[in-house]
Amino acid sequence: MSWAKRILRVNLTEGTCTEEPTNMEWAHKYLGQRGLGTKYLAEENDPKVDPLSPGNKLIIATGPLTGTNASTAGRWSVITKSPLTGAVACSNSGGFFGGELKNAGWDMIIFEGKSPSPVFLSINNDEAKLLPADKYWGQTTWVTEPGIKEQLGDPEIKVASIGKAGENGVLYAAVVNDLDRAAGRSGVGAVMGSKNLKAMAIRGSKGVQVNDPRAFMKATDDGKKVLSENDVTSAALPTYGTQVLMNVIQESGALPTRNARDVQFEGAAKIGAEAMAEEGPDGHKNLVKNAACFACTIQCQRVSKVNPNHWTVKDKPRYQKESGGLEYENAWSLGAATGVSDLDAITFTNFLCNEHGMDPISFGSTVAAAMELFETGALTEGQVGFSLKWGDAEALVKIAEMTGNGEGIGKDIGMGSKRLCEKYGKPEFSMTVKGQEFPAYDPRGLQGMGLAYATSNRGACHLRGYMTSPEVFGVPEKLDPHVTDGKAAMLKRLQDMTSIVDSAGICHFTMFAWGWDEIQSQVQAACEGDFSVENLMQIGERIWNLERKVNLDMGITPDQDTLPQRILKEAAKTGPAEGKVNELGQMLPAYYEARGWSADGVPTSETMSRLGL
Amino acid sequence: MSKGLNFIIEKCTGCHQCELACSGMNDGIFNQDLSRIRIFLLTEQSKNVPYACIQCEEAWCMHACPVEAIVLNPETGAKVLSAEVCVGCKVCTIACPYGTVVYHPASGKVVKCDLCDGDEAGPACVASCPTSAIEFIELPAG
Repeated sequence: MSWAKRILRVNLTEGTCTEEPTNMEWAHKYLGQRGLGTKYLAEENDPKVDPLSPGNKLIIATGPLTGTNASTAGRWSVITKSPLTGAVACSNSGGFFGGELKNAGWDMIIFEGKSPSPVFLSINNDEAKLLPADKYWGQTTWVTEPGIKEQLGDPEIKVASIGKAGENGVLYAAVVNDLDRAAGRSGVGAVMGSKNLKAMAIRGSKGVQVNDPRAFMKATDDGKKVLSENDVTSAALPTYGTQVLMNVIQESGALPTRNARDVQFEGAAKIGAEAMAEEGPDGHKNLVKNAACFACTIQCQRVSKVNPNHWTVKDKPRYQKESGGLEYENAWSLGAATGVSDLDAITFTNFLCNEHGMDPISFGSTVAAAMELFETGALTEGQVGFSLKWGDAEALVKIAEMTGNGEGIGKDIGMGSKRLCEKYGKPEFSMTVKGQEFPAYDPRGLQGMGLAYATSNRGACHLRGYMTSPEVFGVPEKLDPHVTDGKAAMLKRLQDMTSIVDSAGICHFTMFAWGWDEIQSQVQAACEGDFSVENLMQIGERIWNLERKVNLDMGITPDQDTLPQRILKEAAKTGPAEGKVNELGQMLPAYYEARGWSADGVPTSETMSRLGL
Repeated sequence: MSKGLNFIIEKCTGCHQCELACSGMNDGIFNQDLSRIRIFLLTEQSKNVPYACIQCEEAWCMHACPVEAIVLNPETGAKVLSAEVCVGCKVCTIACPYGTVVYHPASGKVVKCDLCDGDEAGPACVASCPTSAIEFIELPAG
């Protein structure tokens, strides 16, 4: 139980929806969501498939805890082959869509083929059908989502859709649900768009049954109590959101600034949590309140408002309302990375990213690379159409609109930083790993984060082993951010645990307070079978190695476990890490060893057979 | 004096824990559609509105029921629905001015809040709310 034990297979070419049982042997070996979805992808997808061709499958997956009352149990994932990296893509979102899908009685949806014309999938419990989406094609997610709810006549329907970025093949297009939550990274929205699939609309009222309800209620209550007694999950995150990080990472000298040329941003205080909460001279405050995703007792989401008098929204009433506010990653990518310190302009650009359905991390990072190209003359005003200087908020806003709409220079920005910098002859300007743009931590100030970026199975990422936690917050234990010793073992531990969190259907932020015991007691009470801590740790390791194997099959070679030359050669100029580069070479061999991989980064046959792969 | 639920809308973050606690404790399954308390998410307005039976003194649902399936529990003051007696005619759902008696298609019966029937721990939704947006208070007389 806890799994719905049913999968919906949608063949978009044929226009058919068919039900099949979930492979429960795989569910016990890979738990659910990220793990189980990747297993299906590994079994069914040709690794050499063109990610934007009909042959690439798109998997929407929930975990066994999704839809239950475990805190944060509303997570869901999109798994496919990434058009941005050519590697496995697994992009995770919150909001209410995942809980609804599980309540409708489905563990996963597997999309195959390509529809001859735009469609959306409508699910009402057992009933699933494809409906025409011509009138939504070319529309933003903010038009599509309420439009579908109205068309189907039920405001309780939950919708996940793509915007114009997904339709236009922006390689980091997102799938957006509940207006401002997103499966953001690795271009899963572009895959959806390539299939002429505009949206999924779900209504579920079947409920989620757990294996041992009494034990489960006790375990979830205990888990919530731990969250409510932890400073990060009970105070810092609900009060400041993820933006609590802006000042902390700035002080650590690990805030990549102006395309990682600097590691500290002089405008950080203007775009952080305190600035959002501060009332301006005209009485306007950016932060309206916090909010929660499904079943979340941490409640870190920001609800924000752009100042109605600001130039970005002055004549545009539809952007003057409240919507999802800045997370730390977005404030960094649209702010510090580009040198922009105008909080209203950054908030507005974030709205545009949600509306057009594109990942603000990759978008902002790519704009940062473009600004450096512009500065050196590799990209000219004639090519861009306007000036593209560091810190130019108007240029940032204009490029966001052009990228979503697929116009002019926006087409180049939509290719991502790697392809952009290659096209303009400066590949060294691209702050990417495996083709995916950096998030908001500079590996010169946080050595372990560098190892995490280099070895992440989906390219540069902060959600594949969050080494900032030990290196800055001392959770689960304090590690010196500037040393390399001990980082490999800790990273493996966090990567395996994160694999379980993503596969169970809960949120990463629980990991500030929960250890294996809290996670294990909830999973064990929910699911039949053996889910001891030992077994869960092995499942986590199995998932990580499966992803590695899938990547190797897709042609992602271990020599791509690296960082941009700038991070390895050019020392940090200021702050606590001044004079330091990232010493990846000192950590990588220890990591391969800790993983049971060969010296050149391939899982050994012994490791594979130990994990049952 | 009887007790009832009180909602502080400004405190509600829309997490739905109350709905999951209600269905989990009363029905043994996590199903928001079975919950006697509901959070309506006004996404466009970014407002979350919790609502449930407020145990009206002059309970129209009780008077309207043709088979007397809704009766007063004098100890708790709750108007309690008997699923055995209910015939699923939905008259009570029309009689309730607040829309807090809900028909559930799967069972063919209605559901409404009975304040967890006097459970010592109090109503499950109150205990589950992480922001104390739901209170269990003495109702004003009259």
